[in-house]
Amino acid sequence: MTTNSDFTLAELMIVAASEAFRGDGEILASGLGIIPRLGASLAKMTHAPELLMTDSETLLVEEPIPVGPRGDYVPKYSGYMSFERVFECVWGGRRHAMIGPTQIDRFGQTNLSCIGDYDKPKVAMLGVRGLPGNSINHINSLFVPAHNTRVFVAGEVDMVSGVGYNPARWIEHMRQDLMEIRHIVTNLCVMDFEGPEHAIRVRSLHPGVTFEEVQASTGFELLQAPDMGETAQPTDEQLALIRKLDPHNLRARQLKDNPPGVRAATTGQ
Amino acid sequence: MNKQITAAEAVAQLRDGMTIGFGGWGPRRKPMAIVREILRSDVKDLTLVSYGGPEVGMLCAAGKVKKLVFGFATLDAIPLEPWFRKVRQAGEIEVMELDEGMFQWGLRAAGMRMPFLPTRCGLATDVIRHNNLKTIRSPYDDGEELLAMPALNLDLAFVHVNVADQLGNSLITGTDPYFDHLFARAAKRCILSAEQVVERLQLDADSARDNTFERYLVQGVVHAPLGAHPTTCAPAYGWDMQHLKRYVDSASQDGGWDIYMNEFIRSGEAGYQAANGGADAMGSLPLPTF
Repeated sequence: MTTNSDFTLAELMIVAASEAFRGDGEILASGLGIIPRLGASLAKMTHAPELLMTDSETLLVEEPIPVGPRGDYVPKYSGYMSFERVFECVWGGRRHAMIGPTQIDRFGQTNLSCIGDYDKPKVAMLGVRGLPGNSINHINSLFVPAHNTRVFVAGEVDMVSGVGYNPARWIEHMRQDLMEIRHIVTNLCVMDFEGPEHAIRVRSLHPGVTFEEVQASTGFELLQAPDMGETAQPTDEQLALIRKLDPHNLRARQLKDNPPGVRAATTGQ
Repeated sequence: MNKQITAAEAVAQLRDGMTIGFGGWGPRRKPMAIVREILRSDVKDLTLVSYGGPEVGMLCAAGKVKKLVFGFATLDAIPLEPWFRKVRQAGEIEVMELDEGMFQWGLRAAGMRMPFLPTRCGLATDVIRHNNLKTIRSPYDDGEELLAMPALNLDLAFVHVNVADQLGNSLITGTDPYFDHLFARAAKRCILSAEQVVERLQLDADSARDNTFERYLVQGVVHAPLGAHPTTCAPAYGWDMQHLKRYVDSASQDGGWDIYMNEFIRSGEAGYQAANGGADAMGSLPLPTF
């Protein structure tokens, strides 16, 4: 394994996203958006071949489908996964989804519905979509392309769409044991919920990023994992697979200005 | 028995204040020819129940929506539905915002004539709070607290299919049938629009599997070729991104909705097809890949 210093932040985040799926076993991996999807695909092609994936529509594939226009590529279908079956999978808990919510709070509660007053919102977004059901039934990871205090809000998110570890939201006899929020992969760091009472910790910092900078970009207090280090850099093998999974380089358009993976300390962006 | 009617006859069955459901999913296989007929009608104060695509935004733009029951409203490749956003942000519609899974659960409850079905989805979120949903304790030893998802009963459901016959038998030949069967079951009446209508389907065993609900659920069949445009109708045609962009622009234009109505809707389906480059072009739009 050799590392290559010539890689982009998007590629670093794809590798970090792939790590979130490590050890999941035989479940459906759903990465929503280009970087999460490439992360799940990379996981399946490297450390987690047992993962199930779809064509992002209705059919199961054993070989992850490259993103973007397919050209000569012919998908190799292995089964059927209609939207109706996805709900059966979700409610049975056999899935790990990585999604990009608009807001996240210190409990891991997520918002995809609206910003501001619910009856007359400042910004109406997509709607809660599958977040309530996904978040309470199976493993979820979160993807944040621009880590800032508008995403990582102080207090609770404006509309709790996905459940988190907020004791005030759970009452006796509800089953909270079926949910898990695994990792948050951002453009600055990787975080998890392994602090006391599921407090959010910084697990690793991306090359050139400081904990203080992450904290300043977050609306609530963060912990540092005792072994907090640097996010693993992509290997040549991983970069080759990413290029194969993303032949049109759509990953270059996912982050503002497509920054390099190792940030120069002097730029202070 | 012949259930074939015109789109105008179908829409004449609507009354102000009705609760109506639309099949499809986002910008996929929506009964848009029926939606356009509703846009040409006087009906108002509708409660829409939908996995929302452009039909939601268009009916909102036309001021026909009192309440929206939804899990999302999106054009997919264009994530934010512009007219839904506009009326939602103006506080002009009531909403019942549900998890996508709760939504199909509510349709199932209606189809099974149940007042509710239990689920964990929605617990510990604001979905339960904003909709005043109730919880229920399992009567068994586990004693689990669950959400009681109320039935989503529909007065009328509109579903767009690939093929139907005059008896109300239908085929959905796209890979995913979505939840159209549940809409048909949840409704007092269901009207199909179809790319192709034949007098009587005669199927082999394989193609009979593309029939996803029974004809006794169907009270009307409308012949509506290209009736899902500008949404997809797999395997026949994909969405019309150029049209969807034009529609999105109408939300930021002064008097944009009236201009859109004049350009595309008011002249009927023949005028609609002419304004979109004709039937051949519309029918050969490529299916999107993801």
